[in-house]
Amino acid sequence: MKKLIAIVFAVMPVFAFAAGGGVHLDDMKVDLEDKASLQRGAQVFANYCMGCHSTKFARYNRVARDLGIPEELMEENLIFAETRIGNLMEIAMRPEDSKKWFGATPPDLTLVARVRGADWVYTYLRSFYEDASRPYGVNNAVFKDVGMPHVLEGLQGRQVMGTAPVVVGFDPLTGRELYEEKEGVLYLTEKGKLDQKAFDGTVADLTNFLVYMGEPIALQRQNIGYWVLLFLVILFIPVYYLNREYWRDIH
Amino acid sequence: MSKLQDLMGWIDHRLPVTVTFEKHMSKYYAPKNFNFWYFFGVFSMLMLANQILTGVWLTMSYTPTAEGAFASVEYIMRDVEMGWLIRYLHSTGATFFFVVVYMHMFRGLMYGSYQKPRELIWIFGMAIYLMLMAEAFMGYVLPWGQMSYWGAQVILSIFGALPVIGPDLVEWVRGDFLLSGITLNRFFALHVIALPLVIVALVILHILALHEVGSNNPDGIDIKKYKDENGAPLDGVPFHPYYTVHDLVGIVVFLFVFCFVLFFFPEGNGYMLEHANFEEANGLKTPEHIAPVWYFGAFYTILRAITFDIGPISSQLGGVIAMGGAIAILFALPWLDRSPVKSWRYKGLISRINLVVFAIFFVLLTWLGTKPASGLYQILGQVGTLIYFAWFITLPYISANEKTKPVPERVTG
Repeated sequence: MKKLIAIVFAVMPVFAFAAGGGVHLDDMKVDLEDKASLQRGAQVFANYCMGCHSTKFARYNRVARDLGIPEELMEENLIFAETRIGNLMEIAMRPEDSKKWFGATPPDLTLVARVRGADWVYTYLRSFYEDASRPYGVNNAVFKDVGMPHVLEGLQGRQVMGTAPVVVGFDPLTGRELYEEKEGVLYLTEKGKLDQKAFDGTVADLTNFLVYMGEPIALQRQNIGYWVLLFLVILFIPVYYLNREYWRDIH
Repeated sequence: MSKLQDLMGWIDHRLPVTVTFEKHMSKYYAPKNFNFWYFFGVFSMLMLANQILTGVWLTMSYTPTAEGAFASVEYIMRDVEMGWLIRYLHSTGATFFFVVVYMHMFRGLMYGSYQKPRELIWIFGMAIYLMLMAEAFMGYVLPWGQMSYWGAQVILSIFGALPVIGPDLVEWVRGDFLLSGITLNRFFALHVIALPLVIVALVILHILALHEVGSNNPDGIDIKKYKDENGAPLDGVPFHPYYTVHDLVGIVVFLFVFCFVLFFFPEGNGYMLEHANFEEANGLKTPEHIAPVWYFGAFYTILRAITFDIGPISSQLGGVIAMGGAIAILFALPWLDRSPVKSWRYKGLISRINLVVFAIFFVLLTWLGTKPASGLYQILGQVGTLIYFAWFITLPYISANEKTKPVPERVTG
């Protein structure tokens, strides 16, 4: 037990889930301007997700262009399927097969961030825990009895759900963290390739990328929006005075 | 005569262009005391034009099949040049269309614009509103997302509750035993051809009827009583140029709000584009919470408010009757209001309070429509439904009996 707690401390902060009811989702700060993060996210996606999940409404070359990845680099490092760079990002796995293997066909992920929201994706990917009753030995605290194996286990490590101390506040005098034993807490029993912070960062990159995927024009939309609003403000001036001029003599 | 005047003369001998322009614009006298609320008619026209124009461009890339619809919308969002803008203009436009139409209707309620001699204007307006609901409903099915599918499923099943003909009627409308590509196909045809034609025709009738009797105003008085030596109303101004330049100011402000939402909140926090609708329709996977788009909210709440059987009428049929009645009773408004004055400015205190309460509860009912019908929401929905109908039922009595204020002879500005 002591050893366990020591590990828990080492990988703080762990996160707690309210027993029953809605699951608490961690805050994910999306930054679509962070090209480096989006590129890392794309790489993680190609390496860990695209075996089973398509993003069949998006095209490789569009992603390359938007993320500032040269096409040759994209072809060498991010395209594993027998396809061309101008094609849609489909996968070879047949839906009939995957349904047999996982119980459900892994969904297309082009729009997952728009359906679920960034916080959900970010929390979901970090919430797998060991559960021997499940076919792949893992369950998920956000998506109960999900058919997906813990693909990122190698990076995150082995996570279990149980009773463990979590930070509940700070001592007002010493400023030290205060702990309390809680149920339904996820914690690591074995470290992965990345420490907690680096793993969270990797998942954040991946989530960031999926948010970009959901609406690739999001940044452009806002940039154009500022100009449109500015134009309308300027247009308001002559229109306002035109109206005033006409109505001057009407009482 | 200049060349241009020659040309106009040539045309006018063959087509009444100048006469029509004068009748409806440059010599159409509108009361000079229009206020903020009188912008929403022209905003509605603007949104109609927006929906038709962007709709035409959307059809160029949209595929009306169950297999291709969802992907074609994403194709528009990603691969079509400026396709995302056209799509957002259309989806944001739908919400704003309803917002401005509701404001326009509320203006009518405040100033008694439906009263004699403007009953037909109100009837045409209500017909437009009804057609608009059908148009919006079918349009929402077209992206073929989860909410498109299940929202349509729920709304169509409403008609299944009708006695005797219900089930057959639903099957006839769907064209299939369940909601399918066939339904999508026909909704597409109705959405892009049949209903827009009807709506445009009704808008023309709405305006022709308005220009026949003249516009009402915030005082609810007839400006034609006092005319100058040329026969022009003293309290009126020619619509063009006075109200064209005036409306232009409103339009720029309106577009600012519209574009702000469009470019920065195109999903409207899930109220305009529901999150679940970014998932392709799946007839085997029922979403946890099916909510119609916000603009149907009030009537959806009324539908769900009837949770009890009334004699031989099942709660389901009761809900359908309540919802149908809630829409139908609006048509009767011109004959329910028996007040000698039009504008609420000169009606009694009770009328004024009632209208505000009615409006607040309509907004509340709309909001409740997007929430699950349970617990407090359910009770609020039932109270709101009661108040909604109570307003109409008490209107003839209150309007005929309450003490009104004297109406001025001339507009008060």
